[in-house]
Amino acid sequence: MTKAAFKVWRSDEAGGHYRDYSVDVVPGMVVLDAIHQIQATQAPDLAVRWNCKAGKCGSCSAEINGNPKLMCMTRLNTLDLLSPVTVEPMRAFPLIKDLVTDVSWNFRVKKTITPFTARPADAPDGTWRMQQQDVDRVQEFRKCIECFLCQDVCHILRDHKLHDGFIGPRFITYAAALEMNPLDAADRVPELKEQHGIGYCNITRCCTNVCPEHITITENAIIPLKERVVDRFYDPLTRLLRVFKS
Amino acid sequence: MSTFQAFEYDVLVIGAGGAGLRAAIEASAAGVKVGLICKSLLGKAHTVMAEGGVAAALANVDDRDNWKVHFADTMRGGQYVNNWRMAELHAKESPDRVRELEAWGAVFDRTPDGKILQRNFGGHRYPRLAHVGDRTGLELIRTLQDHGVHRGLDVHMEFTVVSLLVSDGRATGVIGYERERGRFKVFNAAAVVLATGGTGRAYRITSNSWEGTGDGHALAYQAGAELMDMEFMQFHPTGMIWPPSVQGLLVTEGVRGEGGVLLNKEGRRFMFDDIPEPYRNQTADNEEEGWRYVLGDRNARRPPELLTRDHVARCIMREVKAGRGSPHGGVFLDIAWIKKKMSNAEAHIKRKLPSMYHQFKELGDIDITKEPMEIGPTTHYIMGGIRVDADSQMSTIPGLFAAGECAAGINGANRLGGNSLSDLLVFGKRAGEYAAKFAKENKRAAVDPASADRAIKDALQPFDRAAASENPYTVQAALQDMMQSLVGIVRTESEMQQALTELATLKTRAARAGITGHREYNPGWHTSIDLKNLLTVSEAIMRSAIERKESRGGHFREDFPDKNPEYATFNIVTRRAADGSMEVCRAPLPPLPAELKQIIEDQKV
Repeated sequence: MTKAAFKVWRSDEAGGHYRDYSVDVVPGMVVLDAIHQIQATQAPDLAVRWNCKAGKCGSCSAEINGNPKLMCMTRLNTLDLLSPVTVEPMRAFPLIKDLVTDVSWNFRVKKTITPFTARPADAPDGTWRMQQQDVDRVQEFRKCIECFLCQDVCHILRDHKLHDGFIGPRFITYAAALEMNPLDAADRVPELKEQHGIGYCNITRCCTNVCPEHITITENAIIPLKERVVDRFYDPLTRLLRVFKS
Repeated sequence: MSTFQAFEYDVLVIGAGGAGLRAAIEASAAGVKVGLICKSLLGKAHTVMAEGGVAAALANVDDRDNWKVHFADTMRGGQYVNNWRMAELHAKESPDRVRELEAWGAVFDRTPDGKILQRNFGGHRYPRLAHVGDRTGLELIRTLQDHGVHRGLDVHMEFTVVSLLVSDGRATGVIGYERERGRFKVFNAAAVVLATGGTGRAYRITSNSWEGTGDGHALAYQAGAELMDMEFMQFHPTGMIWPPSVQGLLVTEGVRGEGGVLLNKEGRRFMFDDIPEPYRNQTADNEEEGWRYVLGDRNARRPPELLTRDHVARCIMREVKAGRGSPHGGVFLDIAWIKKKMSNAEAHIKRKLPSMYHQFKELGDIDITKEPMEIGPTTHYIMGGIRVDADSQMSTIPGLFAAGECAAGINGANRLGGNSLSDLLVFGKRAGEYAAKFAKENKRAAVDPASADRAIKDALQPFDRAAASENPYTVQAALQDMMQSLVGIVRTESEMQQALTELATLKTRAARAGITGHREYNPGWHTSIDLKNLLTVSEAIMRSAIERKESRGGHFREDFPDKNPEYATFNIVTRRAADGSMEVCRAPLPPLPAELKQIIEDQKV
């Protein structure tokens, strides 16, 4: 049977180190299978977060050979097995243990976004009418499985640690799904500019490149919302009109 | 005394999938203080895996649909051992539950006139499943989660419950530990709602995530509640079978709803070969009529691939056994063939089945728009669960409620696809409503400190035994292999008796399971706790299956291959006897009211 070498991040009192493991390769195997094999046979206390193992829940995010990916969707045959495969936790979040990070910041941030607010119903029975083409874009954003890989790779969070002033690509996409929902009646443009720091994003597209759901985060969510902010707050003509109005 | 942190709630919900979230939202709306415990992070529960849709007689696509047809379909699918009252409430209330999701921000696919689109599914007479491509479960859980977090719920994530506390016959709360640091917490509540999902992890080949270890079933059973219908396990006909690493992964019934056909290695559509009598009037007898149904022709009958899951799974097993299977021991599911009928087939498949396209492309190197998939049955859903009152969802223990997959009754011997998401919503809401009512009428009873202490000591035992003992992962795998081979899709008395003997050995081994390391996020520890629950539900499954000496729905006995009318008059109940052993008894089905009987008769034509 073919063997593959893995270097897996294990936490210790000093912070952590890579530890070497060897696994048996079976056809179709993904990185999460390798981690499970290590757990079941060599390191029962190896911490890893996972649920569906089908790319649908977004739990098993990690950095594989330095690339942010879902472990359950990364096939071994897409990796170079001649050298060891490194598996380490997402680096933009505090480490809990081994491959598990504290992603609670994301849940707190989401709560600060103005929730969905339905407009009055269209029909007497309290239901709404929308055309499929009008919801296609929103449905693209709602494919998000909240794996937070886009947050992990965003340099504003990862390198500049601006977690207090910037909500990150995941939540700009979330805000976009609400803003572009034909039924939603709330206005999130001011909060995007102020508390949510959309201006920090300088559209490097790193988030879009790592999205396992292939959501076009930068072009379809971030840029249109930046445009709304600019139209509202920085367009010279509107500013002039506002002066007259007040 | 052990140390623990204490919390107090009016209503405590265990489980944050669709049923738990819906219960928590409802209880919170009733103005009581609600705590919500999740085994994983919020929004990751197994509900995200639901693909095809949520069944509700909205009649948006076919105006002949209404709650009566849905009720009759559910009873027929469940082979008439369902709790009729639950089936009635479910059929009547699911349309409102779906419309409410839209008001909370869900974005369903649309009909040409702008309403919620509905699709065909097995056993449903008319197109009934509201859906979002093939990721309906994600839409449902995200909608409930995003709505719920603004309703003042206290969410405790990554928390394992080890014991349900009962004093003087009433539920008083739970004890468990948070995984991050391994610290114990005691929750005292006036009412507890279990919404812990299924037991699929008792089998090797399963579509269930790691959470499906029957925790709620086992906690309730150990606390003295009754379980019912545990012999009825649904083996979904279409799971991936190749490569080995994805064995069991679900392939949505939506593939067949969109025109996918089942073929054996000779290329024959074998589903036409055996159409059960109750469905003969509703099933197409030729390929051309089946395709017209897929296109929405109201006069066409549905293709045999859309017969109920229990039947389709058995037909697949028959083909494999007769040597007509695919190279890896399944059969072929082909959606690519529709290109013969549609010019834009490739785009259509990618639009209607995006995650199936993605799943096969990335994990199986198969392009489903061009070639057939190889599939076979996979353990998917347990119809059985905690025995509850139909209206309130209260179990046989006062103050203990259950909803969703961990509760029994709505599905009878076989669940129709799409009825799970609607079950979660309808009965999640009811459980939350009645739990809040119970909490208002009954003050919290105190937790017994001695039993909390005992539960902590038990939970910590695997650390005391350390590494020189059994590996919990190995015992779990042995249990899964045993259940797969001896209590699987085709059952016999002798094999199940053997399973009982092997289970006794596995219990002894599990009692020796030990772990190394410390309490912080230690998966070996979690596995040893899950293992106890899996052993309990496995025993309930096999004892109930031995008791039912006939074949019905998800329970197929090779030694009793036919239905026996005598067995249509009761459900099988398991409970803990005074000496700690598992007791099996028969509970007569409540009599069906005349007007509902008439509805069933009217829908037989």
